[in-house]
Amino acid sequence: MIDATDRTIINRLQGGFPVCDRPFREVARRLGLEERALIDRIARLRQSGVLSRFGPMYNAEAMGGAFCLCAMEVPEHELDMVIERVNAHPEVAHNYERDHRLNVWFVLASDDAGRIEKVRGWIEDETGLDVFAFPKLREFYIGLKVDV
Amino acid sequence: MDDIDRRIIAATQAGLPIVEQPYEAVASELGLAPATLMARIDRMMTEGVIRRIGAVPNHYALGMVSNGMSVWDVDDAHAERLGCEVGALDFVSHCYLRPRCLPVWPYNLFAMVHGKTRAEVEEKVFSIAGHLGDAFREHDILYSTRILKKTGLRIAA
Repeated sequence: MIDATDRTIINRLQGGFPVCDRPFREVARRLGLEERALIDRIARLRQSGVLSRFGPMYNAEAMGGAFCLCAMEVPEHELDMVIERVNAHPEVAHNYERDHRLNVWFVLASDDAGRIEKVRGWIEDETGLDVFAFPKLREFYIGLKVDV
Repeated sequence: MDDIDRRIIAATQAGLPIVEQPYEAVASELGLAPATLMARIDRMMTEGVIRRIGAVPNHYALGMVSNGMSVWDVDDAHAERLGCEVGALDFVSHCYLRPRCLPVWPYNLFAMVHGKTRAEVEEKVFSIAGHLGDAFREHDILYSTRILKKTGLRIAA
């Protein structure tokens, strides 16, 4: 379980982690905590899966790469096999099952923009199913609005 | 971006070590001076290669169990303005225009909404519908029923 202090840490630390010798000490000071206590809490949140990651979030596009949302219509009896084959590609950054005729939604990300289309084609070949691509035409806002 | 940047990215893309001197630890693993590593990280932040440094919460573990991707078929002529308005709503975490894929997929505006229950998500989606008024033809909400993978971008060193 997480307590009020954990929630404050999560809300305040979704960005702005300092780049310096003792970053946790600096954050701890801002939050009114001890450095050691902050480190222990973040380690615990990470270990228990409350945080799925802690560190730099990289932007494929700024590296000259790209990402693309893709979706597939996967028959129930093929679901496990297809998920395994899709997830085996390191370019698959996230993958969600959704309750729709298009039931598998994943993001392909690569620092090499040309690779996206290649991987999409490989997944079609490996699964025998269509992979629909929904590249973003326009992004309106990517916020840090998750308030826990 | 050079080889050293790529090695830094490869070493930190799964996360920073959660220790007193995380940059020191990464620098020593890569055989770099800590000051060099930190200068490069600062530069990659300025260039936008690093979006931000911090914690990525898992919505499910936090009880935000309903993750609804609301999708809308809006008039192309007004899509830009409508996207800006929807994206500005404080409960919309991501908002994009994407191509339709007919006949399978008639929607061009995607707005991600999180909530503790489906009812909460539906209430928020209802409010988006109110904003859009008669500017959309159809809409749907796709709830995620399972996280199948969540690793983020991975590059080879």
